[in-house]
Amino acid sequence: MEMIGAQAVIESLKNEGVEVVFGYPGGAVLTLYDALYKAEFPHVLARHEQGAVHAADGYARATGKVGVCFATSGPGGTNLITGIATAYMDSVPLVAITGQVGVSLIGKDSFQEADICGITTPITKHNYLVKKVQDLPRVLKEAFHIARTGRPGPVVIDISKDVFNATIDYHYPDEVKLRGYRDSATGQPAEVAAVAAELKQAEKPLIFVGGGVNISDTSADLRQLIAMTGVPVITSLMGLGCIPDQAAENLGMVGMHGTYAANMATTECDLLVGIGVRFDDRVTGLVQEFAPKAKIVHFDIDPAEINKNVRVDLKVVGDLKWSLPALSEQLAADSTIGWQERLAPWRQQVYGWKQDKPLIYQKSDTTIMPQQVIEMVSRLTQSDAIIVTDVGQHQMWTAQFYQFRAPRTLLTSGGLGTMGYGLPAAIGAQVGQPDKTVVLITGDGSIMMNCQEFATAANNGFPVKTIVMNNQVLGMVTQWQRMFYGERYSQSKLQGRTDFVKLAEAMGAAGFRITEPAELESVLRQALATEGPVLVDVQLPEVEDVLPMVPAGGRLDQMILGG
Amino acid sequence: MKYTLAVLVENRPGVLTHISGLISRRAFNIESIAAGHSEETDTTRITIDVEVDDEIGLEQVVNQLSKLIDVIKIVNLTHVDPIQRELVLIKVRANPVTRADIVNIVDIFRAKIVDVNRETMVVELTGEQSKIDALCEVLRDYEIIEIARTGKIALSRGPIAAKDMEQG
Repeated sequence: MEMIGAQAVIESLKNEGVEVVFGYPGGAVLTLYDALYKAEFPHVLARHEQGAVHAADGYARATGKVGVCFATSGPGGTNLITGIATAYMDSVPLVAITGQVGVSLIGKDSFQEADICGITTPITKHNYLVKKVQDLPRVLKEAFHIARTGRPGPVVIDISKDVFNATIDYHYPDEVKLRGYRDSATGQPAEVAAVAAELKQAEKPLIFVGGGVNISDTSADLRQLIAMTGVPVITSLMGLGCIPDQAAENLGMVGMHGTYAANMATTECDLLVGIGVRFDDRVTGLVQEFAPKAKIVHFDIDPAEINKNVRVDLKVVGDLKWSLPALSEQLAADSTIGWQERLAPWRQQVYGWKQDKPLIYQKSDTTIMPQQVIEMVSRLTQSDAIIVTDVGQHQMWTAQFYQFRAPRTLLTSGGLGTMGYGLPAAIGAQVGQPDKTVVLITGDGSIMMNCQEFATAANNGFPVKTIVMNNQVLGMVTQWQRMFYGERYSQSKLQGRTDFVKLAEAMGAAGFRITEPAELESVLRQALATEGPVLVDVQLPEVEDVLPMVPAGGRLDQMILGG
Repeated sequence: MKYTLAVLVENRPGVLTHISGLISRRAFNIESIAAGHSEETDTTRITIDVEVDDEIGLEQVVNQLSKLIDVIKIVNLTHVDPIQRELVLIKVRANPVTRADIVNIVDIFRAKIVDVNRETMVVELTGEQSKIDALCEVLRDYEIIEIARTGKIALSRGPIAAKDMEQG
C-alpha cells in the first residue's frame, strides 16, 4: 500500500498492537503528528519529554507491553535521555521514536540537531538512525522484537524528517532476520539438573529473587517452587511482589536497607540461588564478603550477567519461563527429597531472625512517622494498588513497609535511581491499568523534578493518587550527611516554602494536607476516595533514618539497626 | 592474559560506534583492534586483542560484545595457534650517511622500502607484532619521524572459517 513514512510508522505501531503513545510534538515530527492526528491514534501529551518517556516506562512495567514514546529532534531527544537510561537499567521494554533533522542537514550542527544515536548508544539495547524510507518497516519490526524479547530494554529509532514525508510502498514484514540476536528463550537442561542436585543436598538454601521474575511473569512458577520446597526467600527491591510479603518463607528485602533476617540469611546460607537478579552493589555490600559460606547459583536470561558482579558456582542461562518450571519438575520428580526434615533447623533459624528483629520504628502521638504513612496506605489500599515511587527515603520505606502481594505492583527506578520518575510513571501505569488504583509515594524533593505532569494527569482525568512525604529536606542526602558527613547539611534543606496543595490545585488536581497523626487515616481515606488526580501533602519530621542500614561497601551482617 | 578474538559483525553504519562504545564503558582493556571486509559482503571482521585477568574476565568481554545486536559471532582464536599479522609503515630519517645502514636493517627484517627521498625513507613490514616492535626499536637510532600500524589481524589454520567455528 502506498503511503508516506509518517503513516508507515503509525501503521507499524498498529501492527505491533500498540494501544497508546506518550509524547510531545515539535518541528522534526510535525509530519508524524499529522499522521497520528489523521489516524486518530491514541496519544497522551506529556508536559515535558522526560514525562513522556517515564510514562511509557510506567505503562510498560504495569502491563508488560512495550511502551512507546515520541519526541522531536535535538532537545526533544535529549530530554528523553534520563528516561531511556532509567528503562535500560531496569530492563523495561520501550521504543522511543525521535525525529531527526533532514538528511542533508545531518552533521551540520543544524537547528535542533543532536546525535541521538551517539548519545543513546550506552543506554539502549539497540538504536537506529533511519535515513531511507524503505528501511522503516524492517527497522520498526526489529525494534519491537528487540525491545520485548530476551532481556527487555529500550530501543531508539531516530528518523530523519525527510523519511516521514517520503513515499513508500508499505509492507510490514512477518518476521525479523537478525543474524546476531539470541533471545535465550531456552537453555541447557544440564544446567538446571546441576542446580537441582545442589538443592537436594543443601542444608541452608536461600532463594534470592529479583526483577527478572516480575519481568518474565513467572511469579506463579516461583511460588510453586517455594511451596514445594519451603526454601526461605529474599528479594531485591525489584523483586518485591513476586512472592507475597505475608508468606512465611519471605524474609523480605536484602541489601543496604534490607531486613535483618534477609541480610543474616544471606551471610549464613550454604546455597544462594539468585533468580533474575544482577547482584547490584546495593544488594551485595562488600562483594568479597557477600554470601561467604554459600555456593552461588545464578539464573538469568542474559549471559553477560553471569560472573559480572559476583563469581558464581553454577549458572542457568535462559528465560525463567523455561528454567523455573524445569527446576520444579526435576525436584518434584524425586519423592525421596525430605525437604521438611532437612530444612527444619535452617527454617527455624531464619524465622527466629525474622521474629526477633522485624522492621520497626518509634510511633509518636504528636508527629506522623513516615513508616506509619506507608503502613496506612498499604492497609487502606488492601495491598491491591499499583505503587509507584520516586527515589530516596520514601522509596526505601515503601519497599520496607508496604505489604506487596502481587507482581508488577511496585514501579520504582531501582537501577538508575531517578528522582522525578514517579509522577509520569504513575500516569503511564494508570493509562495501562485504568481500573487499578495507582498510588504515587514521593518526596518533597522528587516531586519537584517532574511536577509539571500534574497538568497531564488533570487534563486527562488520570486518577493518580500522589502522597508527598514532606519532610522539608532531601531525606536520604541528609541521612548520609548525618551519618557520614558530621551533620553538615550541605544544600539538602529545601526550606519548604512550596505549597504542594496549591501546586496541585494550580494544575487542576485536588490537594489535601495532613499535619496531625490523628487525621492521617481519615484524610488518606478521603483522598483515595476522591475522583481524579489527588495530591496529599503529609507533613513529616525532618530527622528520621531509613534503617536497618549497611553502610556502602560494608558487610551485610554488619547493619545499623533501628528501634 | 592476552586473548585474540575474531568478531564477525553486520556491515552497517554505527557498528563500530557500538563496539568501541561498549569497550570503553565496560572498561575493557583492548590492546589492538582492526576492522575490515570479510569473505561475505555483508559481514565485517574485527580482530580484537584483549587483556584480561582470567577466563572469567574473557567471558565477560565475549558475553557483553555478543549482546550487541550487530555482533553475529565471536570466536576465540587464542587456543588454535592462529596466523597473526600486522602491517607497519615507518618513516625514518635517512641521509646519505645512514641510508646504507637502514637498508641493511630492512634486509635483515625482510622488510621493504616503499619510498625514498633525500631526507627520509618509508619502510613497510608485515609480521607478528613482536617482529614489528623489534624493527621499530632498531630504527629508533635513526630518528623515526612517524609510524602507522594497522593493528593485528588473525586467521586460524586449517579449512574451517571463523563463521563456522564455535562461539566464545
